[in-house]
Amino acid sequence: MNPKRKQRLIIVLFIVFGVGIAVGLTMFALSQNINLFYSPTQIASGEAPHNTRIRAGGMVVDGSVVRDQQSLNVTFDITDYDQTVTVHYDGILPDLFREGQGIVAQGELDSNNVFQASEVLAKHDENYMPPEVADALEKSGNMPKPEAEVYNK
Amino acid sequence: MSEKKNWMPRWFYQLASPRWSYDIMGKLLPGFTVAALLFLVVGTVWALAFAPSDYQQGNSFRIIYIHVPSAVLAQSCYMMMAIAGAIGLIWKMKVADMVAKSCAPIGATMALLALATGAIWGKPTWGSWWVWDARLTSMLILLFLYLGVIALYSAIENEAMAAKSAAVLALVGLVNIPIIKYSVDWWNTLHQPATFKLTERPAMATEMWLPLLVMVIGFYCFFAVSLMMRTRNEILVRERRASWVKELVGKQ
Repeated sequence: MNPKRKQRLIIVLFIVFGVGIAVGLTMFALSQNINLFYSPTQIASGEAPHNTRIRAGGMVVDGSVVRDQQSLNVTFDITDYDQTVTVHYDGILPDLFREGQGIVAQGELDSNNVFQASEVLAKHDENYMPPEVADALEKSGNMPKPEAEVYNK
Repeated sequence: MSEKKNWMPRWFYQLASPRWSYDIMGKLLPGFTVAALLFLVVGTVWALAFAPSDYQQGNSFRIIYIHVPSAVLAQSCYMMMAIAGAIGLIWKMKVADMVAKSCAPIGATMALLALATGAIWGKPTWGSWWVWDARLTSMLILLFLYLGVIALYSAIENEAMAAKSAAVLALVGLVNIPIIKYSVDWWNTLHQPATFKLTERPAMATEMWLPLLVMVIGFYCFFAVSLMMRTRNEILVRERRASWVKELVGKQ
């Protein structure tokens, strides 16, 4: 390889790795800001600010969904299998909302550490399967569950 | 350092010849066209008619058969564009510049397709067309990088200059590719993690991922076809003063 080309190769490598390191460090510094939502653990430990618009994400706890008979009010708990946060919402839930399903809610944390949601989005996992397979797994108790880590990075 | 040793394979140097590249691409085109058609038709029919529906999302999950291949291709195409750009910068190889230039519009289309199908998928499943999570945002940045590269090519009159600046932009933007890939692992996102992992079995039933694999191969073949067609065009335009091009045009 002639010296001219070698020099240009070094410049190209310098661009790629230089930018890589710069962006890597920036994102490492900003990593909390890049997270889309706070996990229940972060909320329980007081990391999440009160009375500001934030998002909270977690799995809907089995048996925690309480619907008001007269209105659209609904209360449920979300968990990352470590801590739990109660969410209150007044509106139409997405089709995929159900107990054991992951959700991301936008809203405010009130002074009682109850999350007052203004929008609830469903978060599905990467385990796609035909209904028959899902039934079989459900019966045998082998249904894959997202690890706590999915909600707490 | 000074000895003239060929440490790259012969075809690498042959690719530097526009005429040789034009001919070899012409020979490869029919095969890839047939393969692309075959894989895409078989994959589409298999995915839409025979693959089972998802237990949670029903039939709406079938958009994965376009969403995933286009997103995968948008990223592969970007890597190809950056590598071709780097080869153009280092070896001053004109054909590499032409390949890089031809990659940009294809990749931009694929990125747009991935974003559009993602939005259409997101509305019924998540409940929102768009969320500013890390995966979606980094994919949008990929689209903007493509548009930036295309803009540089059309804004700069001098071909060598345009190729050089576009290659530098492509190399700078290369940092975005691992960010897209690992965004779902590094941060809390609404987007689910990858179904296909290199180290594990796909988190999907076999009868679901097989047609997806066929679609991905089909998209790659289609990419090869459109890239070769664009590059051949580009070669003809830039080499229009060369005698072999005049001869070729004269024949028709």
